[in-house]
Amino acid sequence: MEEKLTLFKNRKRFGIEKNIDIIFKNTALVLSSFVAIILLGIILVVFFQSFESFSKYGLKFLVTSEWNPVKDEYGAFTAIYGTLVTSFLSLLITIPLGVGTAIFITEDFVPKIVREIIGSFVELLAAIPSVVLGLWAIFVMEPFFRAFFVFLHNFFGWIPLFSTEPTGRNSLLAILILVVMLLPIVTSIARDSLNQVPKKLRNAAYGIGASRWKTIFSVILPAALSGIMAGVLLALGRAMGETMAVTMIIGNSNAFSWSLLSPGYTISSMLANQFGEADGSQVSSLFYAAFVLMILSLVVNIFAQWLVKKFSLKY
Amino acid sequence: MNSLYYQKRLSRNIGDKFFTSLSVICALIAILPLIFLVTYILIKGGSQITPELFTLEPNPPGDDLDAGGINPALIGTLIITTIASIIAIPVGVGGGIYLAEYSKGGAFSRFIRFGVNVLAGVPSIIAGVFIYALIVSTKILFGSMYSGLAGGMALSILMLPTVIKTTDEGLKLVPNELRYASLGVGASMYTTILKVTLPSAFRSIATGVVLGIARAAGETAPLIFTALFSYYYITGFGDLFYEMGSLAVLIYNFALEPYDAQNKLAWAASFILVLSILSVNIFSRILAAFTEKTKRV
Repeated sequence: MEEKLTLFKNRKRFGIEKNIDIIFKNTALVLSSFVAIILLGIILVVFFQSFESFSKYGLKFLVTSEWNPVKDEYGAFTAIYGTLVTSFLSLLITIPLGVGTAIFITEDFVPKIVREIIGSFVELLAAIPSVVLGLWAIFVMEPFFRAFFVFLHNFFGWIPLFSTEPTGRNSLLAILILVVMLLPIVTSIARDSLNQVPKKLRNAAYGIGASRWKTIFSVILPAALSGIMAGVLLALGRAMGETMAVTMIIGNSNAFSWSLLSPGYTISSMLANQFGEADGSQVSSLFYAAFVLMILSLVVNIFAQWLVKKFSLKY
Repeated sequence: MNSLYYQKRLSRNIGDKFFTSLSVICALIAILPLIFLVTYILIKGGSQITPELFTLEPNPPGDDLDAGGINPALIGTLIITTIASIIAIPVGVGGGIYLAEYSKGGAFSRFIRFGVNVLAGVPSIIAGVFIYALIVSTKILFGSMYSGLAGGMALSILMLPTVIKTTDEGLKLVPNELRYASLGVGASMYTTILKVTLPSAFRSIATGVVLGIARAAGETAPLIFTALFSYYYITGFGDLFYEMGSLAVLIYNFALEPYDAQNKLAWAASFILVLSILSVNIFSRILAAFTEKTKRV
């Protein structure tokens, strides 16, 4: 009897261990809530810093393109327009290229080992820092495309998009370097979602006599669409927030122009350029622009997450 | 009878050929510039590498033909990335442990997971703007404005979502039987996590974290107005509170200089940065491939 009692006693957990357990759990809880705190902190800090500019210019800030620290007049239309145009046009080029490449490496056109090498190579490229891409864009891409831009201007100059004489850095180059950055993202996500489509579907389509591309267009792509869409939205968010490569190649001019061959601005390149030496109400206006950028990317991101949840594969 | 054989002229077969060649063209257009880009960076940058590069300070841009080296930027990148890791890894691993081990899929954990995804999508320059407002402009760090410490904090914001996500997903892959066994022999929850689940998920977590660090090492946008840049050697602990150079910012600054010597320095710095990031990536991929079929997400 005595023996049993001590055994029972020994089994009891020490009070100190219980406390450690509770402390451990609560520490983990606090650490995980840091994410929420930082996220809210970012939103609140950027919003309150932009308050001065917000109350002064209101929504007019979004539609005027005057950016004049001397006269203390600020409007971010050029930068907002540049952000939207560069990100959407680069996506327009990237989607067919990326999805086409993804189809190429998920079908069996070439041996598996070749496809895997191509796939992992593309993924590796996502790891190259954007500032290095910017350097490459300045010294390799810009001279390479110069003649092509002159050609574009000479023959299509009547289209407002190509109406200015190309002189060095411009928005079109920014779009092209964004394509290089987004391709790995779109390709790898599209490849993953194409790979997730069950083999049964493909075999069923082949079985009733569909050709390879009929199968791809009518069965595989629709089944993988939600994943591809989510990847595209992620890429869109990335394109809007992308700073370094764009800043280095877009030319950084606040003069508004419809032409892609003239220097432009994006919100992030404006921040990168001016934040260091801004003061007074210019700082507040830059925070306002940052707030706009944040809202844009938040909306795109949340929409992407909603899309994934709503339409995720149900096979 | 004929219909049993492959007929080239059939419109479906012509269409198939057409789309197949289209996808091959897409793949070529996508991959060739990328191959060109990598080889160009490696060759152009590699040809600038000299021993002095690693030991000298960069000279201020000017007509000076000798650009000097990138020692302060190299050390600066190491220091800033280390600071970011010191902040982001404990917070991220702790948060991931809570999500994977303690939370029961309630509103709180769903909100945190959602927040992690949102934070991962926040543009990197916004992290810089945030730290600028919070730390640089308020001079909260003992009166210093631009500092390596502030730069490290900005980078840690970018690393945090990656670390949490990989910890969360790595722990979720650990089979529940291990947890039951450990709890069944009387171990407490924290012993189970520290001695059983974390060690068995260690490889996948470490891979994700290392990739996150490699990504942060190349980030520029959060540093340009938090850590700024410095031309001078880092000599001691106190330098943490002053402007600090980094490879990424060096590339940005010197790429925009009109002088050839500085541009060459930028190429050399990109070579070092790209080579180290790529080798970390390749190495961790090989490691991941050799270990189990951990599902990458």
